[in-house]
Amino acid sequence: MLVNRKLILAHFWLAFAVFGVALTLGAWQMFIRSPIGTWLSNPELYYRSLTAHGTVMGYVFPTLVAMGFGYAISEAALQQRLVGVRWAWAGFWLIVAGSIMAVIPIALGRASVLYTFYPPLIGNVFYYLGVVLVVVGSWIWVALMSVNLRVWRKANPGAPVPLAMFANVAGSYLWAWTAVGAALELLLQIIPVAAGLKATIDAGLARVFFSWTLHAIVYFWLMPTYIAYYTIVPRAIGGRIYSDSMARISFILFLVVAMPIGMHHTFADPQVGAGFKFIHSAFTALVALPTLLTVFTICASVEIAARLRGGRGMFGWISALPWDNPMMLALAFSFVMLGFGGAGGLINMSYQLDASIHNTQWITGHFHLIFGGAIVIMYFAIAYDLWPHLTGRELIDVRLIRTQLWLWFVGMIVTTFPWHWVGILGMPRRMAYFDFGDPAIAPQALSVILSAIGGFILLASGIMFIVILARGMRAPQIDAGPYRFALAVHQPKTVPVALNTHALWVALMIGLTLTNYGYPILNLALSSGTSVPAVYVGAQ
Amino acid sequence: MSAEETHHASTEVAARVERRWATIAVIIVVMMAGLAAFAGIHRATMPQPRVETIDPSRIHLSGEFVESNLGSVLEANGTVTVRAIGQQYSFTPACILVPADTPITLRATSADVVHGILIQATNVNTMLVPGYISEQLMRFTKTGDYLMPCQEFCSFGHEGMWGKVKVIDKTEFANRAKGGGRLSCVGQ
Repeated sequence: MLVNRKLILAHFWLAFAVFGVALTLGAWQMFIRSPIGTWLSNPELYYRSLTAHGTVMGYVFPTLVAMGFGYAISEAALQQRLVGVRWAWAGFWLIVAGSIMAVIPIALGRASVLYTFYPPLIGNVFYYLGVVLVVVGSWIWVALMSVNLRVWRKANPGAPVPLAMFANVAGSYLWAWTAVGAALELLLQIIPVAAGLKATIDAGLARVFFSWTLHAIVYFWLMPTYIAYYTIVPRAIGGRIYSDSMARISFILFLVVAMPIGMHHTFADPQVGAGFKFIHSAFTALVALPTLLTVFTICASVEIAARLRGGRGMFGWISALPWDNPMMLALAFSFVMLGFGGAGGLINMSYQLDASIHNTQWITGHFHLIFGGAIVIMYFAIAYDLWPHLTGRELIDVRLIRTQLWLWFVGMIVTTFPWHWVGILGMPRRMAYFDFGDPAIAPQALSVILSAIGGFILLASGIMFIVILARGMRAPQIDAGPYRFALAVHQPKTVPVALNTHALWVALMIGLTLTNYGYPILNLALSSGTSVPAVYVGAQ
Repeated sequence: MSAEETHHASTEVAARVERRWATIAVIIVVMMAGLAAFAGIHRATMPQPRVETIDPSRIHLSGEFVESNLGSVLEANGTVTVRAIGQQYSFTPACILVPADTPITLRATSADVVHGILIQATNVNTMLVPGYISEQLMRFTKTGDYLMPCQEFCSFGHEGMWGKVKVIDKTEFANRAKGGGRLSCVGQ
């Protein structure tokens, strides 16, 4: 029962429109820094573009997808009209306003600080205020998800919360809390300096605040993808969820352990001691657990579908899967990229191995493979799956959809594998161009060209995606029926309170954040003499 | 066997398989953390352990990072200490001279924004955060030239911020160090 289709479509369309723009910028960057595009070696333009690419892809695009999908889940899974539609629109328009406010200074070259901010570099204050508005807009969504679940609980006392909504609300809480780190950095440190009220800033403290946001934000991006793995894929391919409780446990684990681990981004930093670095490293190992559990449950759920379709044998069932179904294809691609990206991630979070790849192109390769690859390909799949229910029209280009998914997968591999390779060779990140005339750098030229080709394959796939959705708005009308989520093999009649509510887990998430971040933050905040003069970007 | 019993048996099997996998997953996670702890404690391989602070607006006036103290120095115990700073958009010294097969301590900081030091083809890799001192232990087994790019975005000139490390023979380094002072390979 999707009532507020316009609201959901607005979120998705804005998300995919800004995604298209940022993707184009990304492809341009790949080209301009490669040996084939050296005719315009303008670092100033490059870093404007890079800031826009990161800000849109990191803050605006996935947030809008999570919000639109969240509203859809709330209405479809709870079978209840969305409560607070006006607030939802207010959140949407805040994001529109914030994005415009942030993009203007970026375009003018007044905020080329990248989406990771990097104080003591300081850009125009409206850039930061724009980002704050985007986050505030998304917090309205968090509140609405919580309110809608509460309304449903009142009407259905004691009933198991549908898995999709349980996970969706967990994701929203994770986002609310993980955004606090960057919010503190912006409100307490950066904005006062950008507004001219202060002239110095503690860069070390800012990096710790940002690490609070930087890791768990990835799990916020990941949530819609995992929700799709569990609650859409099995239904779309004719299977069942292997275990409803294991799914809930996985989402709870993400909520609790995605948070207190961000300092693995600061292993190479001088402002954090070895003890907390180790604790965060160990906790990061822990976050592999829900993913390992998910891989098992989803593979098992897929196997159920294959055996229901007559699949036999130890591995023979794989050929019985509906490979022409876009959802099946997207899932397979997503898992392959998650596998490679996850293995790379284990190296990044390792207390010792990180040093060999920290801040190299390996990292760029890693998060493009995980986010751009494993996560975003499922955003595509979610959109394809929801579209007929939102537009009341059929997506007829199934062959085109398959081609689009194939291209995205191939493009992502062609882009990120050479990146990983040159990263191992020690090629640093965020370089506007390289001196390929240097004999030590020349051998990396081929890899950089390959990555650029991958970037253009991705751009082609992204354009196809938008075209497919746009054509879907004008296709023949159909009755798509009610939107349904996958059912478990044993659909729960009752669920233990711990697996049906979030309070305990939110408390644990906050508690662990305080134990893992409290001391380092207080220690840095209270130590004097570490604030350094701000360096204004774009000031002449 | 009734349908109810079959159902019960398959549920049991499903739960057992699931438990087995969960156990394996937990073992993998514990092993990873355990290995890191073991290597950290037993082999003393770990990221920078201590936090040291410094006022970046005064580093050029006095203390450890004044210009005359930057570069490599052979300590009395045979180890070498290298002091360097990063600033928009270069390292000082731009070419670091060190001996092979010698324990080296790199101490570095930033004079303005966040930078990073990465020595290619090694795992020497550390951030330079203004206000804090980065320290890294290193040891080169091969002589030769290594590129040392800044690995963190430090504004528009970032892509041009490349330093060099020159590793020379141990005795040659000792000869050069005889005159005292701070060594580098700038201009060589």
